[in-house]
Amino acid sequence: MSSKNLDQLYRQVIMDHYKTPRNKGTLDNDSVNIEMNNPTCGDRIQLTLQVEEGIVKDAKFDGEGCSISMASASMMTQAVKGKDVDTALQLSHIFSDMMLGKEYDDTIDLGDIEALQGVSQFPARIKCATLAWKAMEKGVQSEGKS
Amino acid sequence: MMNREIKSYFPILDQEVNGHPLVYLDSAATSQKPVQVIEALKHYYEFDNANVHRGVHTLGNRATDMYEGAREKVRKFINATSTEEVIFLRGTTTALNLVAQSYGRANVEEGDEIVITYMEHHSNIIPWQQLAKERGAILKYIELNEDGTISLEQVRAAVTERTKIVSMMYVSNVLGTMNPIKEVTQIAHENGAVMVVDGAQAAPHLKIDVQDLDCDFFAFSGHKMCGPTGIGVLYGKKDLLNNMEPVEFGGEMIDFVGLYDSTWKELPWKFEGGTPIIAGAVGLGAAIDFLNEIGLPEIEKHEHKMAAYAMDVMSEIDGLSIYGPTDPQKRAGIVTFNLNDVHPHDVATVLDMSGIAVRAGHHCAQPLMKWLQCTATARASFYVYNDESDIDRLVEGLRSAKEYFSDVF
Repeated sequence: MSSKNLDQLYRQVIMDHYKTPRNKGTLDNDSVNIEMNNPTCGDRIQLTLQVEEGIVKDAKFDGEGCSISMASASMMTQAVKGKDVDTALQLSHIFSDMMLGKEYDDTIDLGDIEALQGVSQFPARIKCATLAWKAMEKGVQSEGKS
Repeated sequence: MMNREIKSYFPILDQEVNGHPLVYLDSAATSQKPVQVIEALKHYYEFDNANVHRGVHTLGNRATDMYEGAREKVRKFINATSTEEVIFLRGTTTALNLVAQSYGRANVEEGDEIVITYMEHHSNIIPWQQLAKERGAILKYIELNEDGTISLEQVRAAVTERTKIVSMMYVSNVLGTMNPIKEVTQIAHENGAVMVVDGAQAAPHLKIDVQDLDCDFFAFSGHKMCGPTGIGVLYGKKDLLNNMEPVEFGGEMIDFVGLYDSTWKELPWKFEGGTPIIAGAVGLGAAIDFLNEIGLPEIEKHEHKMAAYAMDVMSEIDGLSIYGPTDPQKRAGIVTFNLNDVHPHDVATVLDMSGIAVRAGHHCAQPLMKWLQCTATARASFYVYNDESDIDRLVEGLRSAKEYFSDVF
């Protein structure tokens, strides 16, 4: 097996997030609640965000899916917690560029997220990785409008 | 034809994927195409292409003969009484939608029932959901037995005198279950309902005899049985089709067009609005010739053998669970499984890196996934070109996947 290629996809830090997800669960009712799924494969995420004065105060996720989708959700919540909405959206933009194999802004410290870079080599799995980020974008944007 | 010889007719299988010889185990999604079908399409476009049923010039006549010739091949293939009962459409989905929109709208009234099962593919659920909503009808689901089969008692319990339509898949695309269509048809008829059969997974693998089944409608797709994509068939009993209105209007399907009113051609053309899928039909005809040369009974035997072998060797893998009937004689060449806690996407990616193509996901059967209490599964499906060595490669790949993820779980 081409395990070298696989190792690019399944980095240790990804498997760690999959095995012990950060911020798993749901926040209470006055938070923003977004549910999204990937209709082609059945991955499902429920994301709850507490956004106050333009800051993502807290984030939790629940759901089911493959290692990539769940690890990405875990990393995303970790990354956006405490950030202002603009920064969260900027991170999402960078992440999207990374998935599409484009040049991305590397002046911002991406932390664990960097480990997902290998996913861009597996076109069928990109949607798994972006699901949680799409949910976050939807969440902070809907909060901004209300 | 022996398997190795059959395999040699499929040029696509002779390649490496991710550095390994390709093992294609996703034929339930779409089958590969033999050189006979590819050549038939090429020949049609290089020598015979013209629009059909417009007479006069030679190419037009040739194209018409080929298109209608393919219809006769389909008629024989499913043993319909007449080519009037064979409608060329885009595929199974279009065919089932036609029945729902034409027959359904005209015959289903408020409070009537439409009966389907928990194992249906989305294409045999949603047309009925829509019809039920529109007509105020009730959509009922037949429950499954523990092993993913259907019992006639449950069918009898679900089908009543209020039932207008019973629609069921012949072979499950997830469980591989072969359903007792002939018996279910009888129950439907006893209650005055029509029987619709989703034959997408059956037509490639079993000898179909619509007269013996006595079903009223039978839908299938060309691309799952060695034919091209974009061509499918709706069989319907002549009496029913004659009384049904077309759902697509335009060229090709009309008899006389006035300013404010028009009349339709006779069967089967009244349901084939627009320039038909000529090359697709020619390709399907070539696919039928190819399958007939191997022999449908041979194919069915081969599928059972593949399923039996796969279930045998796969069950030796610790932590691997297989869904559906345990008796290989009760299932077609489809084996759906999960490997411990490794998500099927991850399994499929690891297998792909070894050149093995399987399907992962909900297989367009979300209600069934709910019944199985899982969100996704992996599926290996076999066809005429697969043999035991492909299954051995699968098992080897699964063992690697298990090992690869063993550190994590």
